Amino acid sequence: MQKSLHIDPGKCTGCLQCEMACSYEHTGFFNPSRSLIKVFDFHHEGRKVPYTCTQCAEAWCLNACPVEAIKIDAATGAKVVLDAVCVGCKVCTIACPFGTVNYSHETGKVQKCDLCGGDPACADACPTNAITYIDSDWTGLERMRQWAQKTDSAARV
Amino acid sequence: MAWTRKILRINLTQGTCSSEALNMEWAAQYLGQRGLASRYLVSEIDPGVDPLSPENKIIYATGPLTGTMASTGGRYSVVTKGPLTGVIACSNSGGFFGAELKFAGWDMIIVEGRSPKPVYLHIENELAELLPADDLWGTTVWATEAALKKRHQDPLLRVSSIGRAGENQVLFAAIVNDLHRAAGRSGVGAVMGSKNLKAIAVRGTRGVGNIADPRAFMAAATAGKKVLAENAVTGQGLPTYGTQVLMNVINEMGALPTRNHRDVEFEGARKISAEAMHEKRATDGRAHLVTNQACFGCTIACGRISRIDETHFSVETKPEYWGASGGLEYEAAWALGSANGVDDLEALQFANLLCNEDGMDPISFGATIGALMELYDLGIVSKEEIGLEAPFGSAEALCKLAEMTARGEGFGKTIGLGSKRLCEKYGKPELSMTVKGQEFPAYDGRALQGMGLAYATSNRGACHLRGYMVSSEVFGIPVKTDPRETAGKAEMLKAFQDATAVVDSSGLCVFTTFAWTMNDIQPQIQAACEGDWSQDSLLQMGERIWNLERDFNLAAGITAKDDTLPPRLLNEPCKTGGSKGMVAEIGKMLPEYYSLRGWTPEGVPTAATRSRLGL
Repeated sequence: MQKSLHIDPGKCTGCLQCEMACSYEHTGFFNPSRSLIKVFDFHHEGRKVPYTCTQCAEAWCLNACPVEAIKIDAATGAKVVLDAVCVGCKVCTIACPFGTVNYSHETGKVQKCDLCGGDPACADACPTNAITYIDSDWTGLERMRQWAQKTDSAARV
Repeated sequence: MAWTRKILRINLTQGTCSSEALNMEWAAQYLGQRGLASRYLVSEIDPGVDPLSPENKIIYATGPLTGTMASTGGRYSVVTKGPLTGVIACSNSGGFFGAELKFAGWDMIIVEGRSPKPVYLHIENELAELLPADDLWGTTVWATEAALKKRHQDPLLRVSSIGRAGENQVLFAAIVNDLHRAAGRSGVGAVMGSKNLKAIAVRGTRGVGNIADPRAFMAAATAGKKVLAENAVTGQGLPTYGTQVLMNVINEMGALPTRNHRDVEFEGARKISAEAMHEKRATDGRAHLVTNQACFGCTIACGRISRIDETHFSVETKPEYWGASGGLEYEAAWALGSANGVDDLEALQFANLLCNEDGMDPISFGATIGALMELYDLGIVSKEEIGLEAPFGSAEALCKLAEMTARGEGFGKTIGLGSKRLCEKYGKPELSMTVKGQEFPAYDGRALQGMGLAYATSNRGACHLRGYMVSSEVFGIPVKTDPRETAGKAEMLKAFQDATAVVDSSGLCVFTTFAWTMNDIQPQIQAACEGDWSQDSLLQMGERIWNLERDFNLAAGITAKDDTLPPRLLNEPCKTGGSKGMVAEIGKMLPEYYSLRGWTPEGVPTAATRSRLGL
């Protein structure tokens, strides 16, 4: 089964365990500044929103790359940056409509979410299930289930 | 390793920033944060120093677990000599600033001297610079944070700063980071103000590595998170209700200090409780509480984010306060509410917002208003003197006095001196509900005998976070004890105080100890840090820290006669409820406490105790 990251901002407390897990997985350091998932705090609305690459089917970044440094991981569907090929031209960062591929001046390469090869550290670390890794064909399943329950008028009698 | 092994030393008089190596011999004895910063402070300042003089120093210290994946590992402490108390001050804050400081590569910042002009400290990894803050002086914490992010074009900057209260040297001024997390108590913000240091803005991109045993650390941290998630208090109670879950519980025990400790039950408790924060308001159909929020790395997430009622008199013409912002914790709700007899939740939230916005400790502020209202009630302070009527229960007075105190206007200047100096000024020192000059938090020392002793012996004046006996006397953690009983309390308190000193030195939050014991904490420290961090050595370290602080306080002029409670708690029995008839019987516990601590009957650590602890 192919899976997707699924984010429910309503459950996010803003603890940044996901950012630490991501950076630790990719760099060996607890370092939110190197995390590929970011949590945004919309303070006056009281909302915290984690955001990362959605792994578009028609990936702008992949199509824009002049040196074919972004490949599809067949197992996970992730669009993965090949560090050995990336020349750091940043064209993909312009092409991505969502801002989820970024250049790192430390490495001279771009970086983006690679789904950790199929076991995303952010989802593992999230204490509230705001970030889960679920069947990519059924990301709406839980919401459907909730509506099914709500609309089941007979159950309320 | 977990430590970055680097200290940033700032001399404000000379305008210099320098890097020095962390004293690893001390790190092995004091771990980090509270313990290690205290070790530096006592070796670098004269205990007799005026806290608001350039000769005092102020230290911002992380722990070895700050900035790691250990749950709650985001704490930092501010250690200095406190202006409110004249003893060692150690105020602990969460939010995101502490971890950011660590990510920039610093274990602590030691600030000394006094700048001739207002400055702020800007840190970007190894680069540190003092920059002019003339334009920030006179502005709030919130304005300062926004201005610095804009100036440095860096929305990810983390800022710890003072508001106007700190600038005006309000003796209970706080240092606030991330808008509403605070190193709140003992007036550490006034020390920052006295040094003309407005803010510290830090951006760290180096991260925390060098964990001694990464695999063991990740296993221990994961196991710890599981324990927190499965515990009823840390897994459900605190995230859902916050610390405010206590309001009704403590009130029902007759342990909720009310109207400057005249009473122990508050008839309005229900209206200012966690439950009330969840209910939909009649005015706008929305609940006061918007959501909960975590500090860095915290899997409990007890923080409150609230939205004030836009139609409330305090804010109806002030839309800048209408958005969601830091909400009432139990201590703030008690101090701003019950301590004054005010049961208007929205008024409490307004005062709370002002405390966050201009950097004041809501406990000491609210308790000082409680003392003022009693003085007013007795006819000792007049309406003309204050500039308004201030009877118990007046939400209008609370809101107006919060503004006046935060801004240093009129009678607000007198309130900014704290309850002890206020009551002394009017010839009624016995009406000040303080120990060593610091106002009580939200548990009556008569109703909970162990807490009474905890207050009397706390090294930073009245405080619930030095030995939280409530844990045992109310919740039964780790074992249930009778709150009316004095026997055995001295021994338990010593154990609590020593263990708390360990937690406060690690980078972790003390709220974890609702679920965690040393069995959960020790493996995380041991895996992260080189050296012997067995439970025995950690607990002995906690005892060492306690005695180090005590020695400093004794040298600062404290004696055994300061280890006491106000006469009201010793002599006036609780009037109602489960605690009816009780007084604080610390005389029954204190000699045993001194003896268990290895102190003389005068409360001085003996030579044998000092030698045993390596002091």
